[in-house]
Amino acid sequence: MAKIARVAVKDRDLLKTLRGFLKTLLSKGKMDAVLVPCRLPMKPVLMPTLLSDPAELDHADPLSPAFPLNAARIAARLTRRPGGGKIAAVMRPCEIRAFVELVKLKQGRPENLVMIGIDCLGACRNRDYARWSARAGDNAAEAYARAVLAGETPPEKFEPADACRICEFPTAEAADLSVALYGVEVEKHVLIEAVTDKGKAVLERLGLPAAEMPPARAKTLQQLVEQRRAERDRVFEETRSAVDNLEKLSRYLADCVNCYNCRVACPVCYCRECVFTTDVFDHEPAQYLKWAEKKGALKLPTDTLFYHLTRLTHMSTACVGCGQCSNACPNDIPLTPLFRLVARDTQAAFNYQAGRDITEKPPLAEFRDVEFEEVVGLGADETAEMEK
Amino acid sequence: MSDFEPTIVAFFCNWCTYTAADLAGTSRLSYPPNIKIIRVMCSGMVDPQYIIKAFLEGADAVLVSGCNPGDCHYINGNYKARRRIKLLKEILPRFGFDAERLKLTWIAASDGVLLAETLTELTERIRALGPSRARSTMVI
Repeated sequence: MAKIARVAVKDRDLLKTLRGFLKTLLSKGKMDAVLVPCRLPMKPVLMPTLLSDPAELDHADPLSPAFPLNAARIAARLTRRPGGGKIAAVMRPCEIRAFVELVKLKQGRPENLVMIGIDCLGACRNRDYARWSARAGDNAAEAYARAVLAGETPPEKFEPADACRICEFPTAEAADLSVALYGVEVEKHVLIEAVTDKGKAVLERLGLPAAEMPPARAKTLQQLVEQRRAERDRVFEETRSAVDNLEKLSRYLADCVNCYNCRVACPVCYCRECVFTTDVFDHEPAQYLKWAEKKGALKLPTDTLFYHLTRLTHMSTACVGCGQCSNACPNDIPLTPLFRLVARDTQAAFNYQAGRDITEKPPLAEFRDVEFEEVVGLGADETAEMEK
Repeated sequence: MSDFEPTIVAFFCNWCTYTAADLAGTSRLSYPPNIKIIRVMCSGMVDPQYIIKAFLEGADAVLVSGCNPGDCHYINGNYKARRRIKLLKEILPRFGFDAERLKLTWIAASDGVLLAETLTELTERIRALGPSRARSTMVI
């Protein structure tokens, strides 16, 4: 049922083509507004912007490697109740997957949202983006996109975020419309694929010429995913041995100051009120003194490990590996590899993948009569077995 | 035999396992004093955070025990507990908390003998396993 359309690229201007496509969503596609990263007027910084005026789309830039925050949260705000109008949201694959997870938690609604996924070329961290784009100049986005798509080194010492280096989801499989860039001849055209019925309905209104997906695309994507998986496995192995006992985990997280920025930045950290900000953790002064007396020395603030272990328990089954936790950490703690590593195990244990299927229930929201028998009971006496 | 006395934090559901503990008491059955019992209304109300906190504070083992599947006083609390324990068993061992230190059992109200036997067995196993690393490490 996949329907594919072609948008011609004129003057080799990829960004202008994408902007033009987004404009037709407003004029012909019957969308009320477009959510897309845009250059702010006061500073060349990109932020998700909701636009209803086609002229404003000239500031849109979905190609730049800027990823200041995960827009799934924004999409959730715009759709949490009906009445927000029909919105076309341009999102990275990880943002779409995170939004799918939020829909499952009833924090967003997909009905009036058309998700437009663009092949993700990777992004850098906030602190690196400003410096890089200043060095790379006016056509930074175009130059960057062309280099990545041609398999070349991006200009001006571009440093991708850790999360992007190990991400095996460069395409938006759960989007309504998917803009294909990898393996497509982008000097000539970009291809738009309708993945869902909703996407197909929108595409039909645009009246674009039909096209076929070139075989080069599948091959390019396969190579890219294999490369990313290899890097991912290497990073996982490093991380695994960096945290495999309590002292090592403490060392990994020793710089944490309990700012909870990672929690705010995380698109799927779903609690409306985080327990760590309630009076459960507003310990009595006498309690601090008792702990210090009992333990000899008490590192302050307390509950640092507890906080991260709790976050792992609460959201690792929904983690989409977007990297915003690492991005947000003021002390550069490599949180993404840690969270992705645990997420891989917890999601696999429940045969679940975050963001894969909007109809799939989160693992802790359901249960079966008979399952996981292996966790019940004392089990075989392993220490006695070892002594034999 | 080492002279290490393990500390085992136990979350017992009010309707089944805690009642079994009462029965063990009235039947004058012995079980080790190493078990620190916390009565909860249902195994399904044991938040993973309670278990994590117990381990970080130096508990050598944590036992969660509730009604048999199908017999939960609140219908499905024990099924939820099972999924939560499964989740914790995927996470905690990665950081050096031996999976053998976290146990989930179904012990019904009339199983006083089974309870005493289970707690005795568990205490011996944890004694052999040794003290938790959290006792001798600074927990940040």
